[in-house]
Amino acid sequence: MTELFVAVLVRDLRLASRRRIDALLPLVFFIVALSLFPLGVGPEAQTLRQIAPGIVWVCALLASMLSVNQLFAGDLADGSLEQMLLAPQPAVALAAAKSVVHWLLTGLPLILVTPLVGVLFDLSAPALGALVFGLVLGTPVLSLLGALGAALTLGLRSGGMLLILIVLPLATPALIFGAGAVGTVEAGLSASGHFSLLGALLIATAIGAPWATAAALRISTE
Amino acid sequence: MNTPTKPPTAPLRLYTFAAPSRFYALTGALLPWLWAITLLLTAAGLYMGFFVAPTDATQGDAYRIIFIHVPAAWMTMLLYMVLAFWACIGWAFNARLASMLARAIAPTGAMFAFLALWTGAFWGRPTWGAWWVWDARLTSTLILFFLYLGYIALVNAIDDVRRADQAGALLALVGSINVPIIYFSVKWWNTLHQGATISFKQAPTMAATMLIAMLIMTFAFWAYAFAVVFMRVRAVVLEREAHTAWVDELTKGTRTP
Repeated sequence: MTELFVAVLVRDLRLASRRRIDALLPLVFFIVALSLFPLGVGPEAQTLRQIAPGIVWVCALLASMLSVNQLFAGDLADGSLEQMLLAPQPAVALAAAKSVVHWLLTGLPLILVTPLVGVLFDLSAPALGALVFGLVLGTPVLSLLGALGAALTLGLRSGGMLLILIVLPLATPALIFGAGAVGTVEAGLSASGHFSLLGALLIATAIGAPWATAAALRISTE
Repeated sequence: MNTPTKPPTAPLRLYTFAAPSRFYALTGALLPWLWAITLLLTAAGLYMGFFVAPTDATQGDAYRIIFIHVPAAWMTMLLYMVLAFWACIGWAFNARLASMLARAIAPTGAMFAFLALWTGAFWGRPTWGAWWVWDARLTSTLILFFLYLGYIALVNAIDDVRRADQAGALLALVGSINVPIIYFSVKWWNTLHQGATISFKQAPTMAATMLIAMLIMTFAFWAYAFAVVFMRVRAVVLEREAHTAWVDELTKGTRTP
């Protein structure tokens, strides 16, 4: 089980390193989408500071969902997905490895670039800290749910839009607590409650989602 | 001497009506009754709600939308659970009819969600002064509506019936686990909606006639849901069983259901 997990992880990271531009696209999308908001709502620092956590979270959510669509697509096209599912190792290891790869390639870069975004939106240091810590706990949830959506919509014509429609309602708790944590810190309160709930959400999703993704992969490739 | 003997009837078991042909016959017999009950109860419930129930002291007559709004909201939540239940039965036991039932429930559930949101807007305008507020219950009903849409979109996007049913079941299962999480997260996020009017923990804070009218409307919606879901299942049965002999006989008129 661990062997398959590590093998898929290493393989997919190597594949991504050979297509660096592709791997960078979600990050670029994230930054471009975020830069559109000041143009849309106006440059007043007060407004921007207020909406920053929410739009960072929404853009992270969209960046994750738009990129997760391709998670299994390549392996389905060249038949290796079917081979991996036929292997004696449990498919849940495959599902978990794919989710981790997606987080390493999408979630982690977004988190690393968020301090920069905080400067753009004039966030205070404590608020920025809360935003980053919330993303650390929350983006893995997005990757796990996204992998489930990708497995369910595998090979469908309208896969991309459908995936977003399916996963966004499920991801609302992460969005609420992640963006809410920043709000409480800005109001001078402790955000530990929000982080606890995000952590609980992460644990629950990490336990449940890979199994569901594995089942979805079996359904989709039957 | 050839006396026409009745064909042997199978004993009634738990799974008797899991056979699409028997289910088709049973629902065909039930439908007129269900529609009659729906019409009767709706007429009675609306009459009681609109003419008999007293005017609310604080909200005036605007509150009367409650007789449609609250039962619709209940049905929304209930039907999602029922959908997930039948979808999972269909997936786990490979029961065709259960999967068909799940598919037939989805549009009705989405309709009730929409109805609850729409009537909620009509109620919110005179009471809160806004068609829509981002209150916890409104938002969670909206998200539930999205879950219904996601389910409908997914099962319709997959051409292979078996895969569509199974993928839909998995999504409904994940969704039903998430519904309470979404509900509570949205609740902590924002609450403006009045508390539940009816709860099991305390005596209802409303007049008896109001409560009775609301319960009658709830049963009317139940009967409606049964009737319309059965009609839709019958259509799905005919579509999916089109290759079988009994459907063939049915369409040729040589068999009465």
